[in-house]
Amino acid sequence: MLKTSPLYSEHLKLGAKIGSFAGWQVPLFYTSILAEHKHCRKKAALFDISHMGELVFQGDIKASGIEKAVTPCLEEIPLGRSRYGFILNQAGGVVDDLLVFKIKSDQLLFVVNASSEAIDYKILKEIISQGELKNISAQTAKIDLQGPLAKEILKRVLSFSRDISYFSFVEFGFKEEKILISRTGYTGELGYEIFLPNRLAPFIWRQFIACDKVKPAGFGARDILRLEMGYNLAGNELTDTITPLQAGLAKFINFKKDFIGKSALLEQKDKGVEKTQVAFVAESRKIPRPGYKIYSAGKRIGKVTSGTYSPLLSAGIGIGYIGAKYKKSNYPIYLEDNKQNKFEVQIVDLPFYKKGSIKGSGLKLVT
Amino acid sequence: MEIYFTKNHEWAKIEGNIAIIGITEYAASQLGDVVFIDLSEIGKEFKKDEVLAEVESVKAASDIYAPLTGKVIEVNSELDDSPEIINNSPESKGWIAKIELSSLDETQSLMDKDNYNQYLQTL
Repeated sequence: MLKTSPLYSEHLKLGAKIGSFAGWQVPLFYTSILAEHKHCRKKAALFDISHMGELVFQGDIKASGIEKAVTPCLEEIPLGRSRYGFILNQAGGVVDDLLVFKIKSDQLLFVVNASSEAIDYKILKEIISQGELKNISAQTAKIDLQGPLAKEILKRVLSFSRDISYFSFVEFGFKEEKILISRTGYTGELGYEIFLPNRLAPFIWRQFIACDKVKPAGFGARDILRLEMGYNLAGNELTDTITPLQAGLAKFINFKKDFIGKSALLEQKDKGVEKTQVAFVAESRKIPRPGYKIYSAGKRIGKVTSGTYSPLLSAGIGIGYIGAKYKKSNYPIYLEDNKQNKFEVQIVDLPFYKKGSIKGSGLKLVT
Repeated sequence: MEIYFTKNHEWAKIEGNIAIIGITEYAASQLGDVVFIDLSEIGKEFKKDEVLAEVESVKAASDIYAPLTGKVIEVNSELDDSPEIINNSPESKGWIAKIELSSLDETQSLMDKDNYNQYLQTL
């Protein structure tokens, strides 16, 4: 039985085409994937991301032993800020990627993927020797507002005008409830992730939708937006047999602390990785799809994990893994689709799209 | 001029011994935004139900089958740069290929507009 978000009936009212993702019924698109992508890059798009998991830890961080479960140093996160990192297995493979928010010196919010929420909870629960861990996912909705107009729209709709810097958040009282607004996202644009109790979600959602510069966007557009930025997707780029070093995410590992999987990563660092992530642009609009094989000079060297069509580059784009020895800029590779048709791609550096408003102050609303 | 439809949601307009081929409104809306089309080579011969072209939307890659046996004499090369024409005008400007038919008899196995509309009701 697939789960539904508290906004499910809003999606139906907006004419969404519904699909499934990580055990949830989610909106794939409302009008057109490409139109929604464009609206996010040019104005602002609203996403229902309520499927994601939220785990709250309350207690003495150091004494609880919770540091061992994740790669970022929890003690060092300043209040009101968040960090990206991982829960790894002993072999250094990725169990999940997550954001950790430091709400109080003894309170953390872990935002995790829906598909790994249960296993993440179990791992954290087993590691802590004291303190309390609560899974608040079922009561918590999440609405993302993303795009160059996001700041102005937030101001108008929620009468919220405080500046929030990138990877910071504030808690905000609204109708006797608490809303957490974080300046993060998965699109490469200026934007906010808004965590709120389920019962407030439909009201807030409708308030945003009523703003003429905002359009709802589904999971189809979200996948293009994240891929244009080269953001990894758990389950595709990040799995329990891929390490963050192979995924090119070493900067999110704090080797000064102890964590599960550290010794495996140190060994990999020392010996070098056997396979490594690579990003590529197709010479046509053909989409590199997950599972397509990557070849070089007649030899199969890896496979595609994510791919889509980038409207900004007017080309197919993708990410995959290849033997590390093959990764050089301009190294000639090509792909083979499921029908053994070959097509040319060019290795490039990430992100595919470099002009997003993510770190800027955005555009002013013109009314 | 007659127009026929297939269960795979292709249409074929017959003009003399030429068939203009495309996909239906229904197929286009099911695919969503079309971003790429792999057109067949001019001069290539296809038997009925062989893969004539491939259409990719963001969601999926789908085969387009030859509704009738014949030889490709023209493809809609505008689709190379503007595949969205398929979404905007699937049953007119978004035509995919023109085929010189081997025989007109095969049209008997296809549906007319009314039968196709009835078929859509069953999906």
